[in-house]
Amino acid sequence: MVSKSINEINERIKDGSVSVVTAEEMVGIVAELGAQGAAKEVDVVTTGTFGAMCSSGVFLNFGHSEPPIKMQRIWLNDVEAYTGVAAVDAYIGATQVSETLGMEYGGAHVIEDLIKGNAIEVHATSPGTDCYPRKVLDTTIDIDDLNQAIMLNPRNAYQRYNAATNSTSQKLYTYMGLLMPNFGNVTYSGAGVLSPLSNDPEYRTIGTGTRIFLGGAQGYIVGQGTQHSSTNGFGTLMIQGDLKEMDQEFINASTFTGYGTSLYVGMGIPIPVLDEKIAQATAVSDADIITKVLDYGVPSRDRPVVRQVTYEELRSGSIDIKGCEVVTSSLSSFKRSRQVAGILKDWIAHGEFFLSQPAERLPLDTISKPMKQTRGTPMVKNIMTKNVITIHKNASVYEAAKKIMDVSFTHLPVVTENNTLVGIVTAWDISKAVAQNTFDLVENIMTKKVVTAMDSEQVTLAARRLEQYRVSAMPVVDGQNHVIGIITSDDISMLFARRD
Amino acid sequence: MKIRIVIDQDIVTKPILAEAILETGVLLNIAQAHFDSAAGEIIVDIKDTEYSKIKNALVLRGAKVLKLDTPINWDEEECVECGACISVCPTKVFSMDIEWNLIVDNTKCIQCGTCIEMCPHDALSLMYESK
Repeated sequence: MVSKSINEINERIKDGSVSVVTAEEMVGIVAELGAQGAAKEVDVVTTGTFGAMCSSGVFLNFGHSEPPIKMQRIWLNDVEAYTGVAAVDAYIGATQVSETLGMEYGGAHVIEDLIKGNAIEVHATSPGTDCYPRKVLDTTIDIDDLNQAIMLNPRNAYQRYNAATNSTSQKLYTYMGLLMPNFGNVTYSGAGVLSPLSNDPEYRTIGTGTRIFLGGAQGYIVGQGTQHSSTNGFGTLMIQGDLKEMDQEFINASTFTGYGTSLYVGMGIPIPVLDEKIAQATAVSDADIITKVLDYGVPSRDRPVVRQVTYEELRSGSIDIKGCEVVTSSLSSFKRSRQVAGILKDWIAHGEFFLSQPAERLPLDTISKPMKQTRGTPMVKNIMTKNVITIHKNASVYEAAKKIMDVSFTHLPVVTENNTLVGIVTAWDISKAVAQNTFDLVENIMTKKVVTAMDSEQVTLAARRLEQYRVSAMPVVDGQNHVIGIITSDDISMLFARRD
Repeated sequence: MKIRIVIDQDIVTKPILAEAILETGVLLNIAQAHFDSAAGEIIVDIKDTEYSKIKNALVLRGAKVLKLDTPINWDEEECVECGACISVCPTKVFSMDIEWNLIVDNTKCIQCGTCIEMCPHDALSLMYESK
C-alpha cells in the first residue's frame, strides 16, 4: 500500500525531489510498473485542456468616476456586460455579442483585448441618484486601469463531451462548428487522455480550493460548475483566476460562424498521486474514455445518439457511421492541451507551484435536470389548417389556377392518387407558367423539393424552417408522407398575436 | 494549375466543356464538379501553358473561368491548431502530424472557402472571395 499526503508532496516540490509527469506519460508508466509501482514512483500527474468554453467571463471593477455613477447598463467596445452588482462592478460574458458588429466580436474578444493590453471603450448609463448623480459615462480604459479583472467561469472543463454530426441535407452552423450534410463530418471537443476530470473521475483530489493552471497563471477551483452532472460522468468546474496575470496564448477569443462567440480557455489540474487507486485513475487513456456522437440535425434537447465512440477513435481522424468513413475534427487543440500539462509539470518540478488540499470535494451525486416549462408549447397540429385543398399531379395548370381562385388559398400541395405529397404549386408558379405560355400539367410546373412539417412538431421549429427556407406555407405530412394539413406563416403570426 | 469554370443556368444544357476540349485539344482533369438548378461549377487541373487557350475557348461559349492560383492563406499567429478545418475541406488541405501540429498543403486548395466559415479563430482567409 502506498500512502502519501499533499504535505509530503509539497515538501518534495520544495526540496526539488518531486517526481511529476503528464497524464499522457502516466499511461505508459502504469502499464510498465503497475498501479502500485507507479504510485511509488510518481508524486504528481499534470493534466491539461484547451478548448472552447462558452460559460466563461470576467468580473471587472472600474473604480469610481467623478461625479460617481451607479452603472445600470454598460457596454465594453459595444458589447454589453452585466452590471446589476453594485455601482462600478460588471461581468463581461464570453458569448455576449457586439451591438454593432454582431457575432464578429463579442465578450470573448473584449477579454482577449484586455489581456493584450488594448484600449477598451466604455459606455455606461444610469438613471442618476442622490448618492450617484451621474447619468452617462464614456471613457477609455485598459486592463491596468481596472482595480480587479477576475476571471470567473461558471462551467469549464467538461469531463468529456458529446461529439456532433448532421444527418440532414443542409449544412448546420453550430457551437460544434460547421456540420456538413449527410453525415459529412464529425466534430468533437476535449483532451481525452489529458482531460483533467477524466483523470480523477471520483474527484478524490479535486474540489473547492484546488490550485490549478488557468490561462497561463495560477487559478483556483471554486467548486462544481453549473450543469455538473457527476452521476453520468459529465462533471464540470467553476474556476477563477486573475486575468491580469494571464497570457493570450491560453485565453483566446473565437467565433463560430452562425452561432456566435466563445472563449478558448487553457486550464490544467495537478493530480497528487496519494495512493495506487489514484495512480490507476490517472492511467486513463483515449481508448478508455467513451462518448456519444449526437445528430445535431434533430433540433431537440434530446438529440438522437448515432453511435458510441472512444476518444481514441475520434482522434484517429475518421470514424465509421452507417458503413461510411467520416472524417473527424477536433475543436479543442491537443497540442495546446499538451503545452498546458507540460508547463504545469515544469512549474511543479521547479518549485513554482504547490498543491492545495481541497476544502470540499466536488459532489458525486448530481444530475443536470432539463428545464421545467410551465407554459404549453403549441404544436403544429393545434394551429394547422386541416381541410387542406390539394391538387392531383396530373391536373392541368388551368385547374390549379381555378382551384386557387375558388378557395383563395395560394399554396396547393400536389399529390398522387393515394394522397402522397410529390410537390407544391403556388399562385406564383401559375403566373410564371402563364407568362411563359406553358399550359402544362401541374406536375411539370410544381416545385418538387417541398419543405414540410410534422403535426407532432413544435410550432417554434416549424416557424424557424419557414424562415430558413423563405417559404410562407408548408404542407403537414404524416410518417407515410400523406398530406394531413398545411401550416402558413399567417397561422403562426396569429398564434403570437393571440398571446400578446 | 487549377481553374474554376462556372457555367450559368442559361447555358448549362449546352456541351460547352466538350466543345472547348475538342476545339483546343487541351486535356482537362476534372477534380470536382457540382451542378444544381442555378449553375454548374467545375474545378479542373490543366497544364499552366494551356491556360489561355482553354480559357478563351470557354469564355467564348459563355462560361466564367477563374485561376485558382491564390490558395488559402494560413495565419499561424491566430491559429491554435485545433484542427476544426480538417473535416470540412473537400481536398484534404489540412492534416495533423504525429505531434499534433497542423500541416497545411495549400497546393491542393480549390478556394471553396468552407474552412474559412469553420475556423473559430479567423486564421484562414482568401485574398478575394470568389463567390
